[in-house]
Amino acid sequence: MASYANQECFQSNDDHPMVLLHRLPSFNSPLKDILQPHFHLLDPADSPEPASSFLSCHAKSVRALICIYNTPLSAETLNLLPSLELIVATSAGVDHIDLEECRCRGIIMTNASTAFAEDAADHAVALLIDVCRRISTADRFVRGGLWPVKRDCPLGFKVGRKRVGIVGLGRIGLEVGKRLEAFGCSIAYNSRKKMPSVPFSYHANVLDLAEDSDALILCCSLTEQTHHIINKDVLEALGKEGVIINVGRGALIDEKVLVQFLLRGDTGGAGLDVFESEPDVPRELFELDNVVLSPHRAIFTSESLEALHQLVFTNLKAFFSNKPLQSVFQIE
Amino acid sequence: MESIGVLMTCPPPDPYLVEQLEKRFTLFKFHSIPDKAHFLNSNKASIRAVVGNASAGADAQLIHQLPNLEIVSSFSVGLDKIDLAKCRERGIRVTNTPDVLTDDVADLAIGLMLAVLRRLCQSDRYVRSVNSCMEGRLVSSSLAVPPFLQIDYYFLQVCVFVLLNIDEVITTLGYISKVNPDCSASLGTLGLRNGAKFAFSKSSWLNFTGKSVGIIGLGRIGLAIAKRAEAFSCPISYHTRTEKSDVKYKYYPSVVELAANCQILVVACALTEETRHIINREVINALGPKGVLINIGRGPHVDEPELVSALVEGRLGGAGLDVFQDEPNVPEELFGLENVVLLPHVGSGTMETRKEMADLVVGNLEAHFLNKPLLTPVL
Repeated sequence: MASYANQECFQSNDDHPMVLLHRLPSFNSPLKDILQPHFHLLDPADSPEPASSFLSCHAKSVRALICIYNTPLSAETLNLLPSLELIVATSAGVDHIDLEECRCRGIIMTNASTAFAEDAADHAVALLIDVCRRISTADRFVRGGLWPVKRDCPLGFKVGRKRVGIVGLGRIGLEVGKRLEAFGCSIAYNSRKKMPSVPFSYHANVLDLAEDSDALILCCSLTEQTHHIINKDVLEALGKEGVIINVGRGALIDEKVLVQFLLRGDTGGAGLDVFESEPDVPRELFELDNVVLSPHRAIFTSESLEALHQLVFTNLKAFFSNKPLQSVFQIE
Repeated sequence: MESIGVLMTCPPPDPYLVEQLEKRFTLFKFHSIPDKAHFLNSNKASIRAVVGNASAGADAQLIHQLPNLEIVSSFSVGLDKIDLAKCRERGIRVTNTPDVLTDDVADLAIGLMLAVLRRLCQSDRYVRSVNSCMEGRLVSSSLAVPPFLQIDYYFLQVCVFVLLNIDEVITTLGYISKVNPDCSASLGTLGLRNGAKFAFSKSSWLNFTGKSVGIIGLGRIGLAIAKRAEAFSCPISYHTRTEKSDVKYKYYPSVVELAANCQILVVACALTEETRHIINREVINALGPKGVLINIGRGPHVDEPELVSALVEGRLGGAGLDVFQDEPNVPEELFGLENVVLLPHVGSGTMETRKEMADLVVGNLEAHFLNKPLLTPVL
C-alpha cells in the first residue's frame, strides 16, 4: 500500500497522468491493475485517511476520475476536485452521479454504453423470449420431475408477431431493435428526441407507445423525468397480454403497481433484471410463471467486462492526448 | 362426415385439436384405450384416418391393422413416426404442419442459446430461492405440487449452505444491503465452495453476440435460425447432405468439421436413418468444453448417454435441449447442471401456433374426405 500520508500532494507527469479512482472500499476492480502501468492512480479507498481529507490534500490537480460501478459521486465530493474535467463511469447508468453539478461545471462524462450495449440488448431479448415462451418455467417443470406426471406444460405465446415498443433508443435500445426485427417483430420507440435516420416508428410519449405495443422494453437512463415512467396508466394502455422487460433501472417502474397488475392478470408478463430496492425483490413475484427474474447482471459477461476495461483505458489515453472520446454521455 | 372414424395415436396434444376433430368425426383416443388389440379388431373397419404427432404416428404394424386407412394427418412437421414407405405402398395420403411452426421453433432455438450462455434459468431460480430463504418461506418450484409439499430443491441447498456458513453469509449480505449490488461479484462468494447452484463466477456467463453458430440442416427452420442469429452478428456455418448454391453461409461437408469450427451447434434437420445419432461422441468432443449444443430436432438425433457423460464430465460446455431420446423421461443427471436448459418439447408450444397446426390437421382431413386438394401434402 502506498504511503500516501507521507506526501503533501502528487505531481503527475506526462508519462503517467494522475487519475483518481473513486470507489467504495469493497468494490475491487481489475481496472486498478490494468491502469497502474500507464497512469498515476490515486485511490483514497486504499488510504487510512478519511476520503474528504485525502482529496483536499492530494487531489486538487486531478483532471480525470474513474467512478467504479455505482459508487455514489456527490456534489460534495466534486467540490473537493476543482481541476476535474472528466468523469469516466464504468456503468451504462449514471444516476448515482450528481449530473446537475457536472453540467454546471462543464465536466465531460463517458459511460460504458458502447462496451455494454450488445450484452444488455442480448439480455433484454433473452428475457423477452423467456417470458413469452416460458423457458424458465418449463425448465423448472422438467427439473421438478413433472413432465412424466403432468404431460403438458402450459403453452407460451409467439415472440415473432409482437409489436415491440422500446423506451429509450440509445445504444442499447438500437441493438434491441435490430435483434428483434429479425424475429419478425415490428419496432416502435419513444426517446427524448425523434431519430429520423432510424427505421422504427416514433411515439411522442410512453403512453402512446404502450397503446400500440404488445411488449415494452425499457432501455433508458434513470433521471427525474423517467422515474416511474412505467406507471398505472402505461400498464393499463399496454393491456392484459402486454409484457414488460426492464434492463434499465428498477425505479423506471412503479414496482408496487406492476406487482398488483401482474397478480391480477392485468399485465401478461414481465422480465426484470433490476428492481427498486435491490437486492430485495417483491416476493409475490416468485409464485408467478409469467415472470422471469435476474439479479442485475445484464452485463456481467467476461466479454463485456473486457470491453469495458479497454474502453476506460482508451478514453483516458485519448483525454490526456486531447483526442476524441468514445461513449460520451450527454448531460441534459 | 361424423361416421368417419379418426384414430388419434398420440396422447391428445391439444384440447382445441380434439374439440375440432370431435365436432366433425368420430374420434378414438388410442392412447387411453386399455385393450388396444381388441379395440382395433372391433373398430378397424370404421377407421379411415389417423392423427399423430412427434410422439406417435402410424408404423407398419398399425397400418397393416387398418384396412380402410386413407390418410395420416400429423400434428407436427417431423414425419419420423410414420412409415412413409408403407403409406406409399398402400396409397395412403400423408400430411404434416410445415411453415406455421417455423418461426416458433427458430425463436425457441435462439431463446435456448441465450438462456444457456447467460444462465438465465439458473439466475431466475437463484433470485426466487435466495430471497425466499431470507424471508424464511418455502417457495414452489413446480406447477402442480400441493402447497404443503412445495419445497424448492435449490432452496433446500441454500438453507443447508446458509446454516453451515452463517457468518460469511451475514457479512456478505450485510455488504450487499448497503450498496446497489454488483451482485455477481459479491454474491458469487456465497456458493463458490461446493459448486452450489449459486456460484455465479463471471467466467461462466457468456455473450451470445458474435458467437459462431453451426446449423445442421438448412431447411425452413435452419434458415430461420440463421436469420435471427445474424442479427446478433453471429457468423453462420452449416452442414447438409449437399452444399446449397444459393446460400451465403460457410459449408462444412461433415458434422465433425462443423462442430470443430463453431461455438454453438444447432440440430435442425429431419430425423431419418442417416441422421439418427448424428451427434455422437466424436462430434461432442469436436464441439468441446466451450461449445454449446442446441437440439430442437428430435431426441434420437443425439446419442443421449454420450451427451450426458460429456456434460457431467465438463467435456461439453453446455446444452439447450427441447427433445429427448425417451420423452417424457429426461436423464436425471442433467437436473443438477447449471449449464443446461431442459424443455418438455415445446418447440411449437404457443397458443397461436398450436391453433394453426390444429386447423391444418383438420383442414387436411376435411379436404381429403370432400375430395378437394390437400392443404399440406407430403404423400
